Amino acid sequence: MLILTCPHCGIKAEETELHNGGEAHLKRMGPGSSDEAFEDYMFARKNPRGVHLERWRHVFGCNKWFIAARCTMTLQVFGTYPAQTPAPPDHIVQAIRAARPDWNPTEEGVSE
Amino acid sequence: MAEQLARITEVHDLGMIALRGDLDAIAAALGMAAPDRTSIATEGDRMLGWMSPDEALLILPAASRAADLSRLTEALADRHALVADVSDARAVFDVIGPHADDVIAKLAPIDAGTMPAGHLRRTRLAQVAAAIWRIEGGFRVIGFRSVADYMRLVLANAAIPGSGLGPR
Ligand SMILES: [Zn+2]
Repeated sequence: MLILTCPHCGIKAEETELHNGGEAHLKRMGPGSSDEAFEDYMFARKNPRGVHLERWRHVFGCNKWFIAARCTMTLQVFGTYPAQTPAPPDHIVQAIRAARPDWNPTEEGVSE
Repeated sequence: MAEQLARITEVHDLGMIALRGDLDAIAAALGMAAPDRTSIATEGDRMLGWMSPDEALLILPAASRAADLSRLTEALADRHALVADVSDARAVFDVIGPHADDVIAKLAPIDAGTMPAGHLRRTRLAQVAAAIWRIEGGFRVIGFRSVADYMRLVLANAAIPGSGLGPR
């Protein structure tokens, strides 16, 4: 069972009160992008064994979207932050690196 | 003969107005204090609940709803805000009795027993959305009218005599 704290309302929500929205920090490819880039944006999603940044919606609660940084292998949760954040904030990166010192957000393709 | 864990009664005389926008502006228009995050505050015959960072729920006697609706609509007219009468979209149940927390605990993934007074918990009741807070002797549960039959059934089931969660 996964418990995530919603950064909007502070509720420690249990997994069944949440809805998963898939990989976070996708960069939208619109008109003018190459076919390859658009295909990648439209269809390609990471499914890492390890650190993952993913979108969740507090659907049986305040209804807001947020992003959770967690490990898909150990279910360790590194933290959550509002979905309006374009890249993982410093305290989240630090929390991840405390457990996975070589983790790099840029290699994850989440910040430019 | 064991007793029901709690008495489930449906409440019909409440008005509810959904308010969306800046919560401080909404509170000012109401003449009430803005609710703290995930709380529900009582002032006279009205209650104001925090629903999300940009949504509050005003609960008031059904007879006052029309007047408050037009008063609030006018007060918030120059802002990006929503004032909507949702009274008829809601179902309200009171769960009252010595084991009311067992009834809630069976249906919602929350620790009902330690829920403080004045806390408004939006969660699920079995499979449907609900908001729950403490009242005298138990809990008040609100949900959507469209699933009122379902809520009534799962609450009644959870309160079946002899089905308490404590050790026997
Ligand atoms: Zn929330």
